[in-house]
Amino acid sequence: MTHDDTLSRRDILKKTFALGSGVFLCTFAVKAAKGESPDPTPAPKGAGDPTGSYKLPNGYEPSAHYYGYGIDLDKCIGCTRCVDACKTENSVSRTEPNFRTWVERYVIRDDDTLEVCSPKGGLDPYPAIEDPGSVAKSFFVPKMCAHCERSPCEQVCPVGATLKSPDGVVLIDKKYCIGCGYCIQACPYGCRYFDESTRTAGKCTLCYHRITRGLRPACAEICPTGARVFGDLREKDGPLAKFLREHRVQVLKPHMGTRPKLYYHNLDKEVR
Amino acid sequence: MHEAAYAFTGYIYPNEAKLLWSVLIVLYPYITGLVAGAFILASLLSVFRVKAVHPTYRLALLTSLSFLLVATLPLLAHLGHPERSFEIFVTPHTSSAMAMFGFVYAWYLMLVLCVEIWFEYRADMVRWAGECKGLKRLIYRIITLWDDDTSPRSVQMDHKIAYAVTVIGIPSAFLLHGYVGFIFGSVKANPYWASVLMPVVFLFSAIVSGIALVLLLYQVTAHLRWKKADMACLDTVGRYLLYALIVDFALEGLDVIHRIYVAEESFDILSLMVTGKLFLTLVIAQVLLGGLVPMLALASTLVFRIPDKTRQWLYVVVSLLVLQGIFFMRWNVVIGGQLFSKSLLGFTTYKLDIAGREGAMVALIIMGLPFIILTVLTWLLPPWVDNDAAPGDHGATDKPEAAAVPAQASAK
Ligand code: SF4
Ligand code: SF4
Repeated sequence: MTHDDTLSRRDILKKTFALGSGVFLCTFAVKAAKGESPDPTPAPKGAGDPTGSYKLPNGYEPSAHYYGYGIDLDKCIGCTRCVDACKTENSVSRTEPNFRTWVERYVIRDDDTLEVCSPKGGLDPYPAIEDPGSVAKSFFVPKMCAHCERSPCEQVCPVGATLKSPDGVVLIDKKYCIGCGYCIQACPYGCRYFDESTRTAGKCTLCYHRITRGLRPACAEICPTGARVFGDLREKDGPLAKFLREHRVQVLKPHMGTRPKLYYHNLDKEVR
Repeated sequence: MHEAAYAFTGYIYPNEAKLLWSVLIVLYPYITGLVAGAFILASLLSVFRVKAVHPTYRLALLTSLSFLLVATLPLLAHLGHPERSFEIFVTPHTSSAMAMFGFVYAWYLMLVLCVEIWFEYRADMVRWAGECKGLKRLIYRIITLWDDDTSPRSVQMDHKIAYAVTVIGIPSAFLLHGYVGFIFGSVKANPYWASVLMPVVFLFSAIVSGIALVLLLYQVTAHLRWKKADMACLDTVGRYLLYALIVDFALEGLDVIHRIYVAEESFDILSLMVTGKLFLTLVIAQVLLGGLVPMLALASTLVFRIPDKTRQWLYVVVSLLVLQGIFFMRWNVVIGGQLFSKSLLGFTTYKLDIAGREGAMVALIIMGLPFIILTVLTWLLPPWVDNDAAPGDHGATDKPEAAAVPAQASAK
């Protein structure tokens, strides 16, 4: 009896282990199955499509493009119409601290003191500069998601709700996001926020609904000075390629190794 | 609007105005740390055969289980969509540090703790099933899977398996908590978190907190049952607590020295934060009250002759101090890591609400749950080892000690 019982206990252990491993393997089976069927909708689901060879109903083929964004800081006048346009175009909350783009004003004094502000992302007027005589230089810096090539936000998402579309746009599947906020912590540039209305993470989509129809993002469209240059890095004669050819550019926090695709011309060392 | 609602100083990115990870995320590493720490204390007996800690062995296992059962609660309560949390299991994103949480957790709960406790208690449960009536008897029967073999051979088999599980359990406990540290340490965007030392620091602070908790619980339960706590046991556990504290303190000190010496671009804002916004929780609560004072007190028990009664009180106070210290260590990491802006130009603030989904009430309830679970568990699976024979200790299968001390009997 003792012998048999010992064995039966072992059997139980074995079965438990088998069941456990079964569940574990199923997980990956489900994952593999999901990966097999690329989703032809504007917001690819789950882990996205690794091959990237699908078309949207309107004939748009993501893998044929690779988007980036240039900002000529010499041209930015701090009108912040881009901030307003983004809020309107994407119905982003105007009461919560939710910004897909914002414009910072830098004031550097003769004694090297630095004053930075972005009241309500730039929607509110910038405060008047006190003692203008002591200002060495002042400039505006629009900020937005850089759609990083090695995006840490995409890396850390535990469920794959943040994905990198084959056209180089970092998107969030809001039907999939569990709202853990890990991606918000992982973005070095503060470009993500928690959207209370959906209880998920939120961020710039480069106006994916527009660019997949051949339009420019709202911010680039509205910029009155042409400081914002949206374009396809694959298009050799396109506006972005031209911008990159004709300007020396810099990215923010290059030491992070995120390979941002948001290129600034004439970036000051004080900007982070 | 938001600038009135969310106070900040200097310049912060506008999206940073609202601090995202609240007190609930502070509880998550705190609770898993207690789980891992209590288990490692238990393994002192079963693997390293430190006999003196025997009276705390089963209590440590049950404590570990009670806390593990609630470890996911603060996370779930914090998620924007808790109902989608199973996606972490079903479609884990393999590059994410957080995605493995479910598997690490399940592994530890199912394969380590439950199995270990089951084999540790099996023979006793069979016996109790014979002694008890009604519901309790039924529960024992179900848990033991109607197996009623208490022959020396099978008991020895139990011990062997329990020993093997503990041996697997130690690296698993390291994994469980080292992993939690990695979740923070791997966020390169945050200079306060990003550190290779983070998992190790988390681990040792976990050991410290787990030992302190069991040390406290052992004395409280002994008091509640009108029993005398075993002084030799207390002294030994206290000594291990001191060792763990020293290692933990040294590691954190190394981290601080390294940061000061290399003085990276984030250094200015971080030192401003540590000496300003975090002064109370870090310098006072964590370092002074949670580290230096307990270390000195514990060291004094080794140097001076202190009467039993006083020593016992000293252990109680030390455990409480250590427990609050480690809580604030988690607080400083989680909340502190979000107080400064990634622009390195300013701070935001965190206000702990009393009510609300992520308020202090919810946090207190979550912290209270493990103690309720532990009460039920100790009723069902009495962990007491008293010199004057508690219900669990006499009439045991073979030698009375063998039932409660698994490892010595079987290892080698
Ligand atoms: S800027 Fe931030 S949100 Fe945008 S892709 Fe890079 S890490 Fe992600
Ligand atoms: S908040 Fe959503 S998108 Fe961000 S990491 Fe969590 S699940 Fe992924």
